[in-house]
Amino acid sequence: MPHTRELIDKVTGHYGANREALLPILQEIQRNEQYLSDEAMVEVAKTLDISSADVYGKATFYSFLDTIPRGKYVIRVCKTIVCDMHNKNKIIETIENLLKIKVGETTLNRKFSLLYTNCLGWCHKGPAMLINDDVYTELTPEKVRDIIREYKNKP
Amino acid sequence: MAERLQRLDMILGTYSPEKYKILEKNLSRPKNEIIKDLIDSGLKGRGGAGFLTGLKWKYAAMAEGEQKFVICNADEGEPGTFKDREILSKVPRKVLSGMGICAYVIGANKGYIYLRGEYKFLVPQLQKEIDEFHVYCDIHNLKFRVEIFLGSGAYVCGEETALLNSIEGKRGEPRNKPPFPTNIGLFGCPTVINNVETLVSAMTVCNIGPDEFKKLGIQDSHGSKLFSISGDTPKPGIYDLEFGLSLDEFVREFGDGDTKAVQVGGASGFCVPRKKFSQTTLGFKGGLSGDNLPTGGSMMIFNSTRSMYHVLENYLEFFEEESCGQCTPCRIGCQQLKKGIDAVKRGIKPPEYLEQLLSLTETMKITAKCGLGQSVANSFSSIVENFREEMIY
Ligand SMILES: Cc1cc2nc3c(=O)[nH]c(=O)nc-3n(C[C@H](O)[C@H](O)[C@H](O)COP(=O)(O)O)c2cc1C
Ligand code: SF4
Ligand code: FES
Repeated sequence: MPHTRELIDKVTGHYGANREALLPILQEIQRNEQYLSDEAMVEVAKTLDISSADVYGKATFYSFLDTIPRGKYVIRVCKTIVCDMHNKNKIIETIENLLKIKVGETTLNRKFSLLYTNCLGWCHKGPAMLINDDVYTELTPEKVRDIIREYKNKP
Repeated sequence: MAERLQRLDMILGTYSPEKYKILEKNLSRPKNEIIKDLIDSGLKGRGGAGFLTGLKWKYAAMAEGEQKFVICNADEGEPGTFKDREILSKVPRKVLSGMGICAYVIGANKGYIYLRGEYKFLVPQLQKEIDEFHVYCDIHNLKFRVEIFLGSGAYVCGEETALLNSIEGKRGEPRNKPPFPTNIGLFGCPTVINNVETLVSAMTVCNIGPDEFKKLGIQDSHGSKLFSISGDTPKPGIYDLEFGLSLDEFVREFGDGDTKAVQVGGASGFCVPRKKFSQTTLGFKGGLSGDNLPTGGSMMIFNSTRSMYHVLENYLEFFEEESCGQCTPCRIGCQQLKKGIDAVKRGIKPPEYLEQLLSLTETMKITAKCGLGQSVANSFSSIVENFREEMIY
């Protein structure tokens, strides 16, 4: 697992090997490996000299951290009330049909995951979604089709 | 347009021509004077709870400690709120100036901007601004450094003590209060935690003085405030409005002509039905009993095509998912409320069961550990009581 080690070192280089580095380390691993494997969590625990249960507790607390593998591109569609009022269901349906997965699932090639999320802070431009860190607003089924096509063409 | 509805642009308006001029001006003022100005201005926190900003700074300034912190709360997770993102992307310099003045007043040398993970796209431009801010801190001899700390998708981390735990590398679970963060905050050190908008308003007070600031708004709710307006409205967006506005005026301006209810203050705020628009004013004092609603600035407008049952169900799902699960009244309470309204709707439970659910929210209000569990009662009771038929049929 040389890769994980490098990621951990990179973050502790900035914060030092103390607890304050924990969330940033987990975020960094999540970003690069798309989830937090048991091995990675154990490695983090060793580095910070805390129990792996502690690391697991942190990892499972946050909705943007996962302990099961996700796709390279994680799509999070807002399901909170304003986006819901603005037809988020149509958006979900469109993505489900395009990717042939249901909400909560990941495509077989591990390229896409489709998830719900809570209010993204773009209610005035709902429906809204995130793909990894990028925001897409004022979605329509047509717009979503274009966006997904674009991502399908990405490596 | 009613006078109070004019856009003030005090918060999102343009910068002063010289960078960090207001910061510089205030760094040579006596600290007590700044605190006094803030207290006189009546400025209250814009994060939802409405605590007097001047007092908060005063407590932290008085607290003993080698190390102190200033934290800008940019976790903005309340449904229907998006003004902090706008401030941070349009006028980050004002936020940093506010943090700088606070650091000077309380004697902090380190600051954090706790930015929700959903706003990660803001990091590059914000970091650039911070780097420049540091140069000005050095020029003006302010020993202060600011760092961005990214959240990871947890609404409860906006609660100030959960936020502290999150930075410290613990689960983002709220702590017991007291002790308050102004005495025992981040890593046990005195800490001021302010909302993004509060820091900008604090800077405004330091710039124009308390008297000018007080000219805006109403008794107990001074100044202007950013409102995030969404839902069934032809002009959703962010508006800088004066406090003291009646909901009647508000709806006339922003509604679509068919407004049935307005949710003030997000899912943890109150739902006001049409018949109460004229007697409701936007401000801090009173809660629901008075006619003056506290607000973090979220205004969600519903027209008559919306099912209020569905709205409430959506909120409860939100709370159920975002509850940190640390205390039983909130963890179990949110689940039971959601199950409960479902059972009434399906006719499995009689309509009178709603009274039991209402008393459950009262229990949660008293026994839950933090504002999340305590405030579920707000939207629950204001929707169930005002739209009872919709809950049953
Ligand atoms: C569940 C919960 C979530 C909160 N989320 C936020 C938030 O996202 N942003 C914020 O400024 N305050 C939030 N608050 C309020 C903070 O606890 C705190 O009162 C506020 O940051 C203080 O700043 P102010 O005095 O400037 O308002 C939240 C409170 C609770 C109970
Ligand atoms: S009230 Fe809810 S969110 Fe707050 S501490 Fe209790 S369980 Fe956690
Ligand atoms: S409700 Fe979807 S972004 Fe706020």
